[in-house]
Amino acid sequence: MIVALILGFALLLIGIYGMLSQKNLIKIVIGFSIADTGTHIIIVSIGYLRNRTAPILNSAVDISKAVQQVVDPIPSALVLTAIVIGLAVTALMLSFVVELYKKRQSLSIDDYQELKW
Amino acid sequence: MIKKILIIFAMLGLFIVFLPLITNFEFSQNLSELASKYVRGSVDELNSQNVVTSVIVTYRGLDTLGEVTVLFLATAGIGFLLKKKNKKSKKRVASEILQTASSFLVALIVLLGVYIFTHGHLTPGGGFQGGVIIATAFLLLLLSDVNMKFNHTILQVVESFSGAFYVVIGIIGLVLTVGFLNSKIIPLGEYGTLFSAGTIPIIYSLIGLKVGSELTNILDTMRGE
Repeated sequence: MIVALILGFALLLIGIYGMLSQKNLIKIVIGFSIADTGTHIIIVSIGYLRNRTAPILNSAVDISKAVQQVVDPIPSALVLTAIVIGLAVTALMLSFVVELYKKRQSLSIDDYQELKW
Repeated sequence: MIKKILIIFAMLGLFIVFLPLITNFEFSQNLSELASKYVRGSVDELNSQNVVTSVIVTYRGLDTLGEVTVLFLATAGIGFLLKKKNKKSKKRVASEILQTASSFLVALIVLLGVYIFTHGHLTPGGGFQGGVIIATAFLLLLLSDVNMKFNHTILQVVESFSGAFYVVIGIIGLVLTVGFLNSKIIPLGEYGTLFSAGTIPIIYSLIGLKVGSELTNILDTMRGE
């Protein structure tokens, strides 16, 4: 599972690099989305335990020894929350981009300098 | 040029900050104390097969209520930003294959979504996933018929009813003095059957309806652009 951890960190760094280096507003949103996915992979891989099964206690799991047989359920629950919030935030950012494009007819971040110091 | 160098320095800094997290990370061999308590409590206290569901709906129920609120706020923000305009844009009519397939598939996809959110306490799945699947059925309707119009009153009624009822279930727990959003306010039923785990299936169905109607609203608003 160390592979998933490294992959998650790589995605996080790629996403942050994309957000910093790109000029196009939609590409910045895509960079955010990639960094978001990287964070999810990191959190899920932290909860992994070797040779264990998913935390669903049906007939495949011996319920009296369930604590020794399932992976950590808390990271999965946290990631489920994070995915939904990430979806909502991405949709909201894209609608901001649409609104900005209507005002200036431009997607380049260089054309929006009101808050630059 | 300076900007590029600064970006490279920032990335190097982040890499150095994150590197010890990978190199010094040790995978634990056992569940933490809290996770063990959740796994045991899911069987002993809540009668729910899916431990992740019991964490989300009962043990961390207040977080989920906040999450649903964030989703509602995002939907409201999108609806506020992208106001509907009455200009008629010309769109191509969908192909016959898509039209026939969607009229056949929409009902089945909605059924799958309902199955997933009512069985959230038994199988991998739950309200959020089921709600998203229901929204994909409506996306298929939007793609296949360019002049499709949804009844916004029904969408809003479903959304507000499920949101309000979710809070009411939580408050009933307070009145019966077992705790806010506690799922033990109705009988727990037999382990592993559909009507078990107290109010968990009810709350997850309400979340499913709410997420489905909110995402359908987002899709409908974004189509106007």
